[in-house]
Amino acid sequence: MRRLWERLRQGYRTIDFPKSQSQLSPQFRGRPALHPSRCQADCRRCADVCPTAAIKTGPLRLDLGACLFCPACAEACGQGAISFTNDFHLAARTRDDLLLSGREPRLAAALGRKMRKLFGRSLKLRQVSAGGCNACEADLNVTGIVVYDIGRFGIQFVASPRHADGIVVTGPVTTNMALALRETLAAVPEPKLVIAAGACAISGGPFAGSSTCADGIPADIPVDLYLPGCPPHPLTILDGLLRLLGRIE
Amino acid sequence: MFDDASTVVPSAMPSPILAVRNGEAVARADIPSVSMDSFRQAVVSACSAKARLAVMAVLPGLAAGRVLLAVLADDKSQRLGLLCTDVPLDNRYPALTPDLPQAQAFEREIMEEHGIVPEGHPWPKPLRRHAELEGPWDARVGPDGYPFFRVEGPGIHEVAVGPVHAGIIEPGHFRFQCHGETVLHLEIQLGYQHRDAEALLLRSSPARRLVIAETIAGDSSVGHALTYSMALEALTDTAPPLQAEVMRGIALELERLANHVGDLGALCNDVGYLPGASWFGRLRGEFLNLSLEICGNRFGRGLVIPGGVRFDLPAAGRKTFLARLQAAGTDLCHIADVVFQTSAVASRFDGTGVVTTAMAETLGLVGVVARASGCDRDVRRDHPAGIFRRMSIEPAAASSGGVMARAQIRRRESENSIALVRGQVDALPDGARAVALHDARAHALAVTLIEGWRGEIVHVAATDNKGKLAAYKIVDPSFHNWLGLAMAMRGGQISDFPLCNKSFNLSYAGHDL
Repeated sequence: MRRLWERLRQGYRTIDFPKSQSQLSPQFRGRPALHPSRCQADCRRCADVCPTAAIKTGPLRLDLGACLFCPACAEACGQGAISFTNDFHLAARTRDDLLLSGREPRLAAALGRKMRKLFGRSLKLRQVSAGGCNACEADLNVTGIVVYDIGRFGIQFVASPRHADGIVVTGPVTTNMALALRETLAAVPEPKLVIAAGACAISGGPFAGSSTCADGIPADIPVDLYLPGCPPHPLTILDGLLRLLGRIE
Repeated sequence: MFDDASTVVPSAMPSPILAVRNGEAVARADIPSVSMDSFRQAVVSACSAKARLAVMAVLPGLAAGRVLLAVLADDKSQRLGLLCTDVPLDNRYPALTPDLPQAQAFEREIMEEHGIVPEGHPWPKPLRRHAELEGPWDARVGPDGYPFFRVEGPGIHEVAVGPVHAGIIEPGHFRFQCHGETVLHLEIQLGYQHRDAEALLLRSSPARRLVIAETIAGDSSVGHALTYSMALEALTDTAPPLQAEVMRGIALELERLANHVGDLGALCNDVGYLPGASWFGRLRGEFLNLSLEICGNRFGRGLVIPGGVRFDLPAAGRKTFLARLQAAGTDLCHIADVVFQTSAVASRFDGTGVVTTAMAETLGLVGVVARASGCDRDVRRDHPAGIFRRMSIEPAAASSGGVMARAQIRRRESENSIALVRGQVDALPDGARAVALHDARAHALAVTLIEGWRGEIVHVAATDNKGKLAAYKIVDPSFHNWLGLAMAMRGGQISDFPLCNKSFNLSYAGHDL
C-alpha cells in the first residue's frame, strides 16, 4: 500500500524531449559564444588560462573537442569575447565541426539513408571506459533514468559487444585499455558506429600528453559522432544520438 | 597519541614522530628522519596503538637521494604523525606489510613506481602497470602476465570478469576462485585506468593541475579539487575567505548526497527492486542539478580554486535553492522508508558481503565502508578543515559490516547532509569569494585530508628550494578499500558480487591515478 502511494506521489517524471525543447538553468555552461570582434590586439589572456590549450587567438578560435567548459577563459577575458551560453546542443559528426570561430556552428547531421534504416528505430550500444574518470560514465548511465528514458527512442546500452551496433568510448584511452578497446570494437558486427563521449575521448582532455594515455581515440579508428563536454550533459548525449539517427533535424 | 601540535612527541613512540594538523605546512627539515629499523618499528607500533597509515610514499630527498615518508592518522587526537627515513642505497628494505597489512598497496606502489623492493612482502605484484612487467618483481611475476592467486583441487573453477563490464562502469579485472557457487577468493586486478595523474599534475601548468585534480575521480570532483586547493593554500600560508569555506562545504555535501542517493538506487537495481532504482535514480539528479545551479556543472567542476571558490549563491536564488533541497529531502525520506521496509530488499541486503570490524581495522579501511564495519572514523570530525572546524559532526554508525550496514550509513549520511547544507545556506556569509595565493614556502610539506563521499581523500604536496611543487601524492579512499571488497566476497556467492561491488562503489580511476 505504501509502495502504491509512493508510486503515485512520485508521479510521471519523463521530460517531453525532443518535442518540447528543454531549457537548462542559465547557470549551465554549454556552448561557448565567441565574439572575435571584441578581442584586443595581441591579447592572449583566454588562451593563457585555458587548461587544455583549446583556445587559439588571432583570430579567436576554440576547439570544443578539447574544451572542458570550465569558466577560466570567460573569467579572464573581461571583454566578453568568450562567454558561455546554456545551449547544450553540441554534438558534431567531424572533428573539424568542433572548431568554433564565431560563425554559425554545424551540429551533427544524420547518418545516411541505409544506416538510418538499420539503426533509426533500434540502436544498441556498448560502452567502453578507457581511462574515463566516471563522470562521462555516470552521465551516460543517467540517459537511462526515468527523466531522460533513452529506451523510448529504441536506444539501449547492452552488456555485450556481440549484441551491439556500436561503441561509446569515454576516457583518454589508457595504454592498459588500448587492447581491450580494440577487441571490443572488433567484436561488434559490421556495420558499426563509434561515438566519442567527453573531452578525454575526443582529445585527451585534462590527460592529453600523459605518458600512459593516447590523447583520446586513436586516429585509425573512425569516429561517427563527437559528444563534447566534461562530461557531456545527458541532454547533449540524447540530442547527439537523436540527430545521428535523424530523429531531430 | 601525538600529543602536542608541531612538537616532537617522544611519549610512547619508539622514535619521534612529528605531530601536525590537517592542512598545516611544515618545513621538510623538521620531519624526523630516522633509521629504517626505527621507522619500521615506529610506524608498526603507532598503528597497533590505533593510528592508521594514511599515506606511505617516496619523495625526492632534500639534498640528494630519496626518502620514504609515512603519514599516520591519529583520529582521536586530531593529529597527523609524520616520519621519514632515507631509502637505502641498494633500494631494498624489510617490508612493513607482514606486520602491517594496511601497508600492502603502498608498498606495491613504491616497488612499481620507484623500483624499491619491500623484501618479504607477501603479495609483491604489480598494482597498476601491465605492459611493463619486467619491473623489480620476484620470480612469481613472469612474462606471462599477472600472477593470479589460484586455488586448486577437485571441483574448483575460476571465473574471470572484465576489464570491459556489462554495465556502464570503469574497467577492472576480477578473478574468482570458486567451489560451486561459493567464492573462496576474489582477486581484483586494476591499473586499466592508469593515466599517470600524479606525474602529469607535477609537470603541468597551475590551470591544468586543477582540472587534473577534478578528474582524478570524476564522482569526487569537489573532493579532490578541494584537497588539492587546501594543499596549495597550506604551502602558501593562504587562508580562503569565510564565504569560500561555506560554499566548499555546501558543494562537498551535495556531492555526498548525489553519490549516496545514486548508490542506494543502484543497490535497489542490483536486487531487482526497480521502483527504488527509478526513484533514487531520479532523485540523484536533483542533487547534481543543485550543484549545477551553483557552478554551472553537475559534478561541481569549476567551483573550487586554490584560494577560494569561483561562485557563490546569490541571495535572490537562495529561497528557490532551499525549496528544491527541501523537496529532495522529503523525497529521500519517503523513498528510503519504502525501500528499507521492503522485505525483498532487506533479505538480500542482510548478511551479504560482511567485513568484520577486526578486518576493517587490519586493512585500514576508510569512509562509508569502515563506518559500516564499526570503525568510528570521519575526517570531518577527526581532522576537521574549513566549516567542519566550526560544527560538530556525529558520524553515522553501524556495526554489522554488510551490504545493509553500508546502505544504512548512506541513508543516514544523506539525511545529515541535507540538514547540513540547509544550515549553511541559511547562514551564508557575504564577502570575497577568493583571495590570491601568497608565495609558496621553500622545502615545505603539507598533508591535506577531507572526507569525500567514499571516505578519506589525502593529498601530500612538497616544494623544492624555490617553492615550486617537487612532489605530489594522491590517495583516494578506494586505494585502501579495494582489498576490503575482496575480503567481503570470501565465502559469499558469486551472484552476490554485483551487489557487494555496488555497496562499496569504489573508484577505479581514483585507485589507478
